Amino acid sequence: MSSRKVEIMVGLFVVLTIAAGLLIALKAVNQGMSSGTDTYTLYAKFDNIGGLKARSAVKVGGVTVGRVDSINLDSDGYTPVVALKISQQYNKFPETSSVSILTSGLLGEQYVGFQPGFSIDGIADLAEGDYISDTKSALVLEDLIGQFLFSKND
Amino acid sequence: MQWLANIGRSAIDTVGSFGRAFLMLMGAIIAKPQLIKNTPLTIKQIYVVGVQSLLIIVVSGLFIGMVMALQGYTILVGYGAEGSLGPMVALSLLRELGPVVTALLFAGRAGSALTAEIGLMKATEQLSSLEMMAVDPLRRVVAPRLWAGIISMPMLAIIFSAVGILGGHIVGVDWLGVDAGSYWSIMQSSVDWNKDVVNGIIKTVVFAFVITWIAIFKGYDAIPTSEGISKATTETVVFSSLAVLGLDFILTALMFGIE
Repeated sequence: MSSRKVEIMVGLFVVLTIAAGLLIALKAVNQGMSSGTDTYTLYAKFDNIGGLKARSAVKVGGVTVGRVDSINLDSDGYTPVVALKISQQYNKFPETSSVSILTSGLLGEQYVGFQPGFSIDGIADLAEGDYISDTKSALVLEDLIGQFLFSKND
Repeated sequence: MQWLANIGRSAIDTVGSFGRAFLMLMGAIIAKPQLIKNTPLTIKQIYVVGVQSLLIIVVSGLFIGMVMALQGYTILVGYGAEGSLGPMVALSLLRELGPVVTALLFAGRAGSALTAEIGLMKATEQLSSLEMMAVDPLRRVVAPRLWAGIISMPMLAIIFSAVGILGGHIVGVDWLGVDAGSYWSIMQSSVDWNKDVVNGIIKTVVFAFVITWIAIFKGYDAIPTSEGISKATTETVVFSSLAVLGLDFILTALMFGIE
């Protein structure tokens, strides 16, 4: 085996690995909302976050505009505070916007649904660090069944 | 008393072989780097260890991806969740099957060859001849093979995962009719670069190091007879497979255990 042929084959091996790595990096891995892109953070208080996790998606009409950065308990009222990292590309949401925790499909994972509010003069845009006041909590199936049984007894 | 002595002897032997393995490793990797002399040797070994393992890696990656798509589809379609086929195939390949199956195949294909080669070098006294010529066999024979194994196996695992994802695409999308857009887009939304891909690569580097180390040490430490080499080759495959499976559990628990 001549050393030139060996070198060519090893070169081919390296190229193949890079191609495979690129395929994984570009096709299989989510690139959006990684730490590299510019984001700004909004906060929202919920009564109950259900199964929401860090890195869950934030969607406007099905389009992912950001991700849940962290979930903590508010030290005053012990209500969950969710930090949402929104892409800087979408930085014109009015203050009247509302967020709710939704489930994709019947058994799917939970995400934050973001409804942009109306925008008229005198209503500012949401900016870094703002709290979204209008929130709807996650639908907890057990509570729903409880309410259903309770209303049946009437 | 005899059984106590037997236990003691095997314990001393085990500890002794760990010590010799560590000394061999230190002798091979801790030295002044001689890049000009050693790079061609390492490239030659990457060819032997890596390039010649490509065929088995590509074929098994393709078939494992295809089988997973087929099995996953029959289960997921019952829940109407066949769109989740992409993430299922991609995550199991990148997190587990890529590193582990590549490691097991690598141990069988390349590890056993390394053991037999070095063991035969020892049996035919090539290693002692090198020493007679004032060439350190650890630097000349062991180090290039060690580095070649550590470099090649992660590359093989990346190729394995990529080919497996394509195999899943062939069966899931082209054959069973899962929507191509949802195969890729749901995969993209659930696979994370740091958490899944980088952790998988860390696993393969650890496995590569362990397998190559075991393989080279077993050859270097083999009893220089035909029986000794055959025993050493068997032990390489058995020990490195066990080490890979055990380490895989520990690494998985460390990486993915806590949300």
